[in-house]
Amino acid sequence: MATTTIGGRAVHVDPEGFLTEYGEWDDDLARQLAAQIGIELTDAHWKAIHFLREDYRTQGETATIRRVTTLAGIPTKELFTLFPKKPAKKMAYIAGLPKPHGCV
Amino acid sequence: MRRLLILGAGTAGTMVANRLRRRLSRSEWQITVVDQSDQHLYQPGFLFIPFGTYAPDEVVKPRRRFIPRGVELIPGKIERVDAAANTVVLVDGRHLAYDYLVIATGTHTRPDQTPGMLGPEWHRSIHEFYTHSGAVALAESLKEFRGGRLVVHIVDTPIKCPVAPLEFAFLSDAYFRRRGMRDQVEIVYATPLPGAFTKPIASERLGSMLDDRKIALASDFLVERIDPDAKTLISYDEREIPFDLLVTVPLNMGADYIATSGLGNELNYVPVDKHTLRSRAYDNIFAIGDAADLPTSKAGSVAHFSADMFTRNFLRYVAGKPMTEKFDGHANCFIESGDGKGLLIDFNYDTEPLPGHYPLPAVGPFGLLRENSRNHWGKLAFRWMYWHLLLPGHPIPLPDHMSMTGKQRPAKER
Repeated sequence: MATTTIGGRAVHVDPEGFLTEYGEWDDDLARQLAAQIGIELTDAHWKAIHFLREDYRTQGETATIRRVTTLAGIPTKELFTLFPKKPAKKMAYIAGLPKPHGCV
Repeated sequence: MRRLLILGAGTAGTMVANRLRRRLSRSEWQITVVDQSDQHLYQPGFLFIPFGTYAPDEVVKPRRRFIPRGVELIPGKIERVDAAANTVVLVDGRHLAYDYLVIATGTHTRPDQTPGMLGPEWHRSIHEFYTHSGAVALAESLKEFRGGRLVVHIVDTPIKCPVAPLEFAFLSDAYFRRRGMRDQVEIVYATPLPGAFTKPIASERLGSMLDDRKIALASDFLVERIDPDAKTLISYDEREIPFDLLVTVPLNMGADYIATSGLGNELNYVPVDKHTLRSRAYDNIFAIGDAADLPTSKAGSVAHFSADMFTRNFLRYVAGKPMTEKFDGHANCFIESGDGKGLLIDFNYDTEPLPGHYPLPAVGPFGLLRENSRNHWGKLAFRWMYWHLLLPGHPIPLPDHMSMTGKQRPAKER
């Protein structure tokens, strides 16, 4: 498994740069990850990110857009504004979770 | 008497009822099945109705015919499950008590979940083929189509039979060529996925088949609403796709009573252990087939392979023994590609669809991720197998667990 250095810290990542160790993530790292894809985190971003973290902890899977919309109450339209173009992928990246996989 | 209650007599529920009735003693076990409709539909056949390959009545049989003697079939609509009281309440007020509950009410299309989908254009220029009436209405519209832009569209994943919209696109291309009007039809495939399919190797292969057929791919397209007057799909990131004829796969959701009963996730699917199908919330509730939240395809093949495993596990479980068998997410699907050809994909939780061949004595081998006519005939022959072998629970010579035999591993780990 590859490691990379983000903000002076070594973390484990997959070939696309998604963190692979749940425990290596914290708010500070999230800011660094967000900056790498051109996003500055506001309270609205944090609400989604923290929901994803908590949901993954209990479910063992990265939440879909629909799940974030339904359970965290953030409209899908807003997710597209906060995380432009590919919200599911970008949210997972910043939250340090595996890339969401559409089921076959 | 111990009481097993099965909700839904579709593919999964019928198989489970047949298998367990043979294995559970009649003097000790009462088996009851509830379903709201008296017709069993061969759903894989819906794909062929719009193109006139199947007549509408070729995919329908009476439901009762497939329920074995010794199983009570109760016609009725489910209001809710009171899991704490081990009781199911029907809309007509009847209460059905159970010791074990199997939820097999599948997944359903929900056009009401996309603004603008239902309305005057529904089943006129906005179509679907996931219901019997939808497939029949689409056959009429295709016949009358004089050219323009056909958009084949998926609202969101997961969907039942995830290859079906691709097959529809391939078959449309062949259909319009046969009618000598392919040059007057522009075909667009609009999907919320980043490519033609979920997994990389299949996505690449199926994507190039779209290219070969001059079918344009609009990826990462998550629809927000449909403007029925302008006949346009509008996505959350404000892209627009106009259409003359839309063939959409509406949002798929589990039954509403699952939400009412507090048993479902955000799409009303029942969260289960992916190896045993047992509910994560209640020890005496299982969900099988499309109704469960398994991270594999929603498909009849999954229902079939998991039913084999479930039957053996369930017999151990009710005898007080541990459930030792683990479902691996095995699925296989024929993919119609037009002109009497098709592909086959075979995969599970851990192994994505790979190219190669699928050995099967006497009738095989089938081609994995490659087109040939044997795959097409396999798909057509499956209808007979479904009614005569699969539903009654007779053995079909396919292994429950996926095998790597014949599959070509990718050169490097993806």
